[in-house]
Amino acid sequence: MEPAVQLRGAVTLLGRFPALAGIDLDVAAGEIVLLRGPNGAGKTTLLRLCAGLLPVARGTATVLGHNLTDRRQARSLRRRVGLLGHATGLYDELTVSDNVRFWGRAAGASSEDIVGALAACGLDGRLADLAVLSLSAGQRRRTSLACLLARRPELWLLDEPHAGLDQDGRDLVDGLVHRAVQAGATVLMASHDLDRAEALADRVVTVVGGTTTAGAPGAGPTDAAPAAGTPAGGVALVP
Amino acid sequence: MFRDAGLVAGKDLRIELRSRVTLQQVLPFAVLVLILFGVALDPDRGILTRASAGLFWVAVLFCALLAIQRAFTIEAADGGRDALRLSGLEPGGIFLGKAMAIAAQLTAVEALLAVGVVIMYGTEVTGVPLLVATCVAATAGMAAAGTLYGVLAAGLRVRETLLPILLLPVLSPVLIGATKAFEAALGGVAADGWPWCGLLLTFALLYLTFGTLAFGTLLEES
Repeated sequence: MEPAVQLRGAVTLLGRFPALAGIDLDVAAGEIVLLRGPNGAGKTTLLRLCAGLLPVARGTATVLGHNLTDRRQARSLRRRVGLLGHATGLYDELTVSDNVRFWGRAAGASSEDIVGALAACGLDGRLADLAVLSLSAGQRRRTSLACLLARRPELWLLDEPHAGLDQDGRDLVDGLVHRAVQAGATVLMASHDLDRAEALADRVVTVVGGTTTAGAPGAGPTDAAPAAGTPAGGVALVP
Repeated sequence: MFRDAGLVAGKDLRIELRSRVTLQQVLPFAVLVLILFGVALDPDRGILTRASAGLFWVAVLFCALLAIQRAFTIEAADGGRDALRLSGLEPGGIFLGKAMAIAAQLTAVEALLAVGVVIMYGTEVTGVPLLVATCVAATAGMAAAGTLYGVLAAGLRVRETLLPILLLPVLSPVLIGATKAFEAALGGVAADGWPWCGLLLTFALLYLTFGTLAFGTLLEES
């Protein structure tokens, strides 16, 4: 089966400056892969690259069959991915349901998908009619999650998905990830909540200095072993 | 593309209805500009009447700057720009939708200013078909050019100060054409105004076409 994500020596640009040190990564379809590493290691940049939001300056990157070195293909990929990032992309003046409806409809979601996403994230009832401006950080996170869910993406890119959520919210994220994978989606996530995220993931990839080392859940950065067919890190640094 | 345009325009107008920025800030600002012109030129009321076409469009232009900046401020907050890029919406649809929402707000501003000009400056309304056609063409041109330059400036840190510098020279043909057409309609020979209206229409079509084609690149690169 074709991998959902395949990067070879990928370097991107942040402004005019190269970012990611020639990264290699394979994610099989239907897999849950956790990216871990210190702050500034390049996890968020890697997720944004996989979403088609950043250019591939060097190397190759193929996501869901889209060659990201071709900007047109990178744009067409975006319909098929969902990115839950630090920024929520929500409109403060609109209600929760307005936001989910707008972002869902933008991706071609049906009314049932939108209502279902709101309910799945515990945002039906009174909460749906509240302006986003009046929500707590955790409720905003749930709203972002509902927007992502309504889009029914094939590739979930989750940046710190448990951040800002209470215990119920964290359980909710885990449940949604499992359901998404059962429905055929692939998940690539970055997290510092290692206990929970490693329990969720099929495989762990450590990102340090813009390169990757691969391993199984629970394996530390120094004892990480490459999974079958997965390239290890140690890629040449960007000059 | 037109479905996406409707979606974006509906969202922007809903945000404006909820935040009431147009109602509580832009419309009072428009009235304030009219009053200030009136106070400054009051000693000679004849000048006010003769200059009402130009004063009207200068006031609309100032309000357009506010509306355009507002339209892109809402996208700049909390990762909205990346969310739009990921949304799956056609860039041309986003452009048309935002331009439609700006045009709707400007139409409300123009309606209020028209009443203000009649009451405060004593302007007699004649040549209504030419006035309406001029308003439609000039509003479309301002909204289209404003949306195009708005997204360009939105990607920059100094967008608040840069947008007027970029946009005012670009919109000067609209100001001149709309003023001339209004002058012809308000007491002049209406037939003299229609070529100016044609110029405005050409400007609007040019920017609508160019914006629809170029908005995606500007959203990506700026």
